[in-house]
Amino acid sequence: MSRISQCFKSLKADGQTALIPYITAGDPEPWVTVPLLHALVDAGADIIELGIPFSDPMCDGPVIQKACERALKNDVSIKHVLKMVKQFREKNKETPIVLMGYANPIEAMGYQNFAELAKDAGVDGVLTVDVPPEESDEFRQIMDEHEIDTIYLVAPTTSPERMATIASFARGFIYYVSIKGVTGAAALDVSEVSQKLAQLRDKTQLPLGVGFGIRDGKSAAAVSEIADAVVVGSTLVRCIEEHADKLDELPAAVAGLLAEMRHAINARDLASA
Amino acid sequence: MLEQHIHDYFKNFPDSRGHFGPYGGRFVGETLMEAIYELEQAYQQYRDDPDFLAEMDKDLSTFVGRPSPLYLAENWTQKLGGAQIYLKREDLNHTGAHKVNNTIGQALLAKRMGKNRIIAETGAGQHGVATATVAARLGMECVVYMGAEDVERQAQNVYRMKLLGAQVIPVKSGSRTLKDALNEALRDWVTNVDDTFYIIGTVAGPHPYPAMVRDFQSVIGREAKQQVMEKTGKLPDALLACIGGGSNAIGLFYPFIEDESVAMYGVEGAGHGIETGQHSAPLSAGKPGVLHGNRTYLMQDENGEIIETHSISAGLDYPGVGPEHAWLKDIGRANYVSVTDDEALAAFHELTRTEGIIPALESSHALAYASKLAPTMSSDQTLVINLSGRGDKDMHTVAAMAGLNF
Repeated sequence: MSRISQCFKSLKADGQTALIPYITAGDPEPWVTVPLLHALVDAGADIIELGIPFSDPMCDGPVIQKACERALKNDVSIKHVLKMVKQFREKNKETPIVLMGYANPIEAMGYQNFAELAKDAGVDGVLTVDVPPEESDEFRQIMDEHEIDTIYLVAPTTSPERMATIASFARGFIYYVSIKGVTGAAALDVSEVSQKLAQLRDKTQLPLGVGFGIRDGKSAAAVSEIADAVVVGSTLVRCIEEHADKLDELPAAVAGLLAEMRHAINARDLASA
Repeated sequence: MLEQHIHDYFKNFPDSRGHFGPYGGRFVGETLMEAIYELEQAYQQYRDDPDFLAEMDKDLSTFVGRPSPLYLAENWTQKLGGAQIYLKREDLNHTGAHKVNNTIGQALLAKRMGKNRIIAETGAGQHGVATATVAARLGMECVVYMGAEDVERQAQNVYRMKLLGAQVIPVKSGSRTLKDALNEALRDWVTNVDDTFYIIGTVAGPHPYPAMVRDFQSVIGREAKQQVMEKTGKLPDALLACIGGGSNAIGLFYPFIEDESVAMYGVEGAGHGIETGQHSAPLSAGKPGVLHGNRTYLMQDENGEIIETHSISAGLDYPGVGPEHAWLKDIGRANYVSVTDDEALAAFHELTRTEGIIPALESSHALAYASKLAPTMSSDQTLVINLSGRGDKDMHTVAAMAGLNF
């Protein structure tokens, strides 16, 4: 069983919802990332999504675009990202890491090469936002061989037939994109999301994560009501941006934001237990 | 290898998943997948629909002014002393370039799909103007994304779009040029996917765009084939066209692909020279990767990050190229070459003075390569160049090169 599946299994046994923060690797400085990963775990992260910076992040809103630009200004490449994961694993063997990004840096490295390096670094899953299942036969096969989970997205526009196809390809968990739009854009509508998740649960046994549009403890708790995992990205990345000139305060500030969501989710989990 | 791929080319490429060999495909976020399937279905339905085709033909004839003439450049032919040079006069189209062939097709499709909001990306502004033009005529809302840098460089085209009723949004992210405008248009589409039709300006993007835009632009090659047969009684020996994304080139090449005797040359922008790294020639100096919905040759660094391009002509200033060109390169059906800014500028002046035709700087790249190729051919051979646009929009660039400012 993969580290991701293991994580969801034990959370479920405890009646808890997973909290998955996203940060862009190398933002705002390369050396900040690994200590920040540890701080996120301490603040209650169950799984971490680590963004591979890309020059053309066309599925992302301005907040994550700027994070990519800050990281690329420091020449943070996919190779550096893998090294960061390896360094993180020196002290943490438990928390699953999912790399999130776009196809081209992985294409440039080569699927086989990427899989070997990612496995060696301790990566557990990978989500390439611009590669739908239709285009990922070879990639998925190689990731399977290396026991790295390929995470796929389901969107509000995804038809029930397509949900079934995606579910058959997905590993680890399925990431439901709660709104039509880019990351960090609008607030989500919980009842709308809830309907879609119900459709999706008919097609899969995998845990369902919900991301896009979660910005505070309240929205995190509301989503934890219906999902197995709450993914939060732009809110944290905006906090990183605000602390780009105060790096000594940055990990505590970001961790504080995440801890607030953790508490809100835990309170909700307890209430419903 | 070549013969095997060219046999039944029209039937086989792209395949049902939009692949040209390893290139093309559908690389977009999940939110857009249903939208591109919906588009594909609509396109399949209407591409052979007599009413749709009749409406398009009528617009191409009375609104655009087609067929565009095939002009024998006698003075220039004589001067170069080789092949007979014919120019396919896309510069005479309404709005001044080949772009409008495609925007009419896509806008009519949008109308049939019930989408009343049009978005587009533009570099130099030609595709933006062509989109704003058809949107004005069909009474559709139109939003054009343009790199902030290009908005400054192409103030006149920005004003044209605004006159036509379009909203022009300057894109300030990334390198602030065409590729960033494309990113922003995709972000708009993902946000407004229910009522919005994205008119992509070139033979790139996710399937079905590369095939659909090619089909709309193929009117260039179909006409050229008929016209050159009428004038010379035989197929041409070579075709030339400039390549940015590659829509004017594929438009000319496509109807000739199975005619193996016809050589094809796609001319990329070598900018300050391929060796300087400051160019926009992914087929000549890039390698395959994934960007903007398709797999193709890209200008990228060793980590897969897209690098900034340079060309004197904004229409060629793009780090990717249509996936069908990537395939035609790999199977050896078309030749991809490049000329520098300086060579293109020299050809611009040459055609202006010898033939009284002011070409677009994009098209001047094809002309520059023709001036090398024609003298190596004999006078009973013919060469057709796609004169894809007129040079009016380039006055300030050319003047600035001569130290003048308007």
